[in-house]
Amino acid sequence: MKEEQNHEKAKRFGMVIDLDKCTGCGACMVACMSENNVPFKEDESKKLDSITWLRVYKLTNGKPFPDAEICYLPRPCQHCGGKGDHGHSPCVSVCPATATDYSNDTGIVSQIYTRCFGCRYCMAACPYHARYFNWWDPVWPDGMEKYLSPNVSVRMRGIVEKCSFCFHRYQIAMEKAHYEGRGELEENEYQTACTQACPANAITFGDLNNPGHAVHELKKDKNAFRLLERLQTNTKVYYISSREWVRRAGDNYLEKEKK
Amino acid sequence: MKIDRRCFLSLGIGGAAGIALSPLPWKLADDSAIWTQMWPWTPVPADGEVTYVKSACTLCPGGCGISVRKVGNRAVKIEGIEGHPVNDGGICPLGLSGLQLLYGPTRVKSPLKRTGERGEGKWEKISWEEAITEVSKKLGDLRGKGESDSVACISGSDKGTVPALFKRFMSVFGSPNFMRMPSIQDSYEIANNVSMGFIAQSGFDLEKADFVLSFGSGLIEGWGSPVRMIRANSSWRKAGVKVVQVEPRLSNTAAKSDKWIPVNPGTEYALALGLAHVIIRESLYRKDFVQAGALGFIRFRDLILSSYSPESVEKITGVKKETIESLAADFAKSERPIAICGRGQGKAQSSLGELLAVQALNALAGNIGREGGVFAVNDPAYIAWPAYQADETAAAGIKKERIDGAGSVKYGFAKSLTNRFAGAVNSGAPVSLLFVLESNPLYSLPDTKAVKDAFKKIPFIVSFSSFMDDTALNSDIILPNHVYLERYEDVPATAGLSKPVVSLARPVVSPQFNTKHAGDVIILIAKEMGSPVADAFPWDDYQACLEGTAGDKWKILNEEGFSSDPAFTAQVVNTFPGKFDISGGIPDFTILFASVSHEGDPKAYPLFLMPYDSFRIASGYIGDPPFVIKTVEDTVLKGKDILVEINPATAKANGLSAGSYATLKTPKGSARVKINLFEGIMPGLVAMPRGLGHTAYDNYLAGKGINVNELIGTVEDPASGLDAAWGIRANLIKA
Ligand code: SF4
Ligand code: SF4
Ligand code: SF4
Repeated sequence: MKEEQNHEKAKRFGMVIDLDKCTGCGACMVACMSENNVPFKEDESKKLDSITWLRVYKLTNGKPFPDAEICYLPRPCQHCGGKGDHGHSPCVSVCPATATDYSNDTGIVSQIYTRCFGCRYCMAACPYHARYFNWWDPVWPDGMEKYLSPNVSVRMRGIVEKCSFCFHRYQIAMEKAHYEGRGELEENEYQTACTQACPANAITFGDLNNPGHAVHELKKDKNAFRLLERLQTNTKVYYISSREWVRRAGDNYLEKEKK
Repeated sequence: MKIDRRCFLSLGIGGAAGIALSPLPWKLADDSAIWTQMWPWTPVPADGEVTYVKSACTLCPGGCGISVRKVGNRAVKIEGIEGHPVNDGGICPLGLSGLQLLYGPTRVKSPLKRTGERGEGKWEKISWEEAITEVSKKLGDLRGKGESDSVACISGSDKGTVPALFKRFMSVFGSPNFMRMPSIQDSYEIANNVSMGFIAQSGFDLEKADFVLSFGSGLIEGWGSPVRMIRANSSWRKAGVKVVQVEPRLSNTAAKSDKWIPVNPGTEYALALGLAHVIIRESLYRKDFVQAGALGFIRFRDLILSSYSPESVEKITGVKKETIESLAADFAKSERPIAICGRGQGKAQSSLGELLAVQALNALAGNIGREGGVFAVNDPAYIAWPAYQADETAAAGIKKERIDGAGSVKYGFAKSLTNRFAGAVNSGAPVSLLFVLESNPLYSLPDTKAVKDAFKKIPFIVSFSSFMDDTALNSDIILPNHVYLERYEDVPATAGLSKPVVSLARPVVSPQFNTKHAGDVIILIAKEMGSPVADAFPWDDYQACLEGTAGDKWKILNEEGFSSDPAFTAQVVNTFPGKFDISGGIPDFTILFASVSHEGDPKAYPLFLMPYDSFRIASGYIGDPPFVIKTVEDTVLKGKDILVEINPATAKANGLSAGSYATLKTPKGSARVKINLFEGIMPGLVAMPRGLGHTAYDNYLAGKGINVNELIGTVEDPASGLDAAWGIRANLIKA
């Protein structure tokens, strides 16, 4: 069980993704793959086993030509805080190996590869399909392993992986801050790879608890919503869309159900 | 509300974007996987000092500034440069994947000479000396025989010092045939030449526009400089700028626009003329700007007023006349409206008529050469090399008519018409030797069969490609260039920018293989050929040429990574009111605005195939690296099958259903495709993405899907020689 911590300076890192700006270009997906040593294989068209920590979904409003509409929705791990934000994330609650854990300091749900033994309970528990299983050992064509980053360990067959909010960037930034005798980070010192890459500036990242960070205000936008809010997963990824049908798509309402 | 079962996120209203959400496949494979955790091979990436190198991306004409993270001597990540005038920190999926190209399996690792049949993939490694001697000797023989003009060069770009060196080589050698890959740039150049009297590109001050009317341009899908365009779109969202997208398919750009107007395929020009009709009829235009008193304008006005009323345009385009009336008023009454064309990413040309019709809207609004408007932009001014001495051969050679006809009496307005290249060669124009620089014409030009036939007729093909792409595979000798992350090169970003920027690509890592800078190779070839060709290349090597050319800007380029000093980057031409002649001095409007006849008999081919561009499928010189192909949706590519988009009504009429196989037939060829139903496409159309169906590259890309160029052809615009094909007639037969 998690310790109940009442840390004064506890952070809740999170994102606000503006779907009105997102163009579906996919740069965030690739930035994530490149930053985090995500493997690839010859055929990636079976999306169930295609490892994409961040996946951009295409939503349609279901109306016939010419009233059809499209909206793209990037989905990283939602870093669920669980009911009451005590760290009872769906995945964390079921992991028998404590290989995935909720940090009360940052609000980030971690994945500890060396502990994971591949039971995949967490994958079944995650309502957002944010977790991926390594069915194979990663293989890089001869020479391509040269671009692998030492900041993120390479995963092997038999373990589960997912978006970490580029946690290594947090560690590096904190190290630097400590070295300089600071306990706190500036907003721009810790940014995720997808946020940084997005050509549309659609993704904003920061501490949801910190009134000085942009996400703090953005999440209160009248068009902001979270995915499957009624599950009380208490996710830390907010979305903004000016279109009602998109906001409704964020919760899987039944055909005729009223919001 | 109570939830008694596990709730899955089903991101797909109406089931259109269904994600397979069942955990069943995972459960089934449970046993086999649970105890198989073995760790036979654990690459542990070596640690080292972290540094960043500023450079420039050359993977598309966008010209983004990049910052490459290195650990020790390895490059590990590409990011955008914050504060760079083109992309300000943003970057596209292709740019992010550059390291997979650098370290990837498709690199050509040393000069290669073909030993087997063309395309068989049998090569012999040769030394650089041998390679250069062999090519120089062939060139020398041709020159000696007085056939210097039978040498041609197809380049991906004509901007920057490397293409300029190749162009210079061609001229002093005695050939007029320096060609660049076709794009909408050709169309803009001709339109500007016709209406203003000089060849220039168009640059769009989109960040300051307050109304954007796009005729099928993929504004956020790779048109112009892609990252800059997406950034502009975000600023429009914030500022409430209205964007209207005209095209028959709900592209991502249409989806993001404020208003999507589906038009009948290939009738964009008519809609533009209909809008001009309303603007002139209501007297909403800038009379000074369009020389209202001049003969050209009067002819244009009379034609528009008599033939393109909203009623008649409704019949051609399928757009309601009320929509035409209100759109015209919205456009003309905006302060800084911009009309823009070039379908998709602008990789294909459009007819001169379409260009003039769209540019006429800009001229009527008086926004040419004005803040928030359209500028005429000349080529960057910094490449000013001393004149060279042409001998008799050279002087005679460059006077010959170009293979593609550009600049001839018939195609006098054009600078380059590479779209006509294959046709010309197939009808007998002699090409004895072809240079291919930073382009993949065998794959990217429409009508693949004709292009292949043309290539077969060329006895000697020299590829400078860094990668074993489709054209390199079918060449006779490959002189591999360093990739951009291994070389210095000026990167002028001109694509649609009103204020061009020149950036500097610089070596992030040392060359990984036995490759050579194409700039050095062409200098070496020239030197090997001796006087007078060699005399035109006084530089010791490419680096000396580059630094000398940049002059006092070299320091800034090297320190900042870019320069946007207008004196250096490009000349923006001032277009004064009254300088724009809408009629373009074209005597006969009927050929200009005749609707392009689409290839094929409508009875045998009741449908219409349109290629479309996707940000996630690179379709230029560079094919998708593994990361990018991974982002392609399974409604576009499934295994090796390509999916085409059709409207459910089209499917029903043809007995097809989602996921079923069909044979897609066009007058050019046929292919087996899978069906994807899409409500966002006009009934009767079949949409296929560009960029798939490569025969070369690695297993991550080769053999996946179909190259749409195999199924489409070219249709020559009689007014200009441009390719006016919008697509091609087609049929879908249940397989
Ligand atoms: S990079 Fe930005 S615009 Fe592109 S898909 Fe991701 S969130 Fe959307
Ligand atoms: S999104 Fe899934 S993986 Fe991420 S914290 Fe929530 S339940 Fe866990
Ligand atoms: S938009 Fe073009 S120039 Fe910019 S990163 Fe992408 S490929 Fe490179």
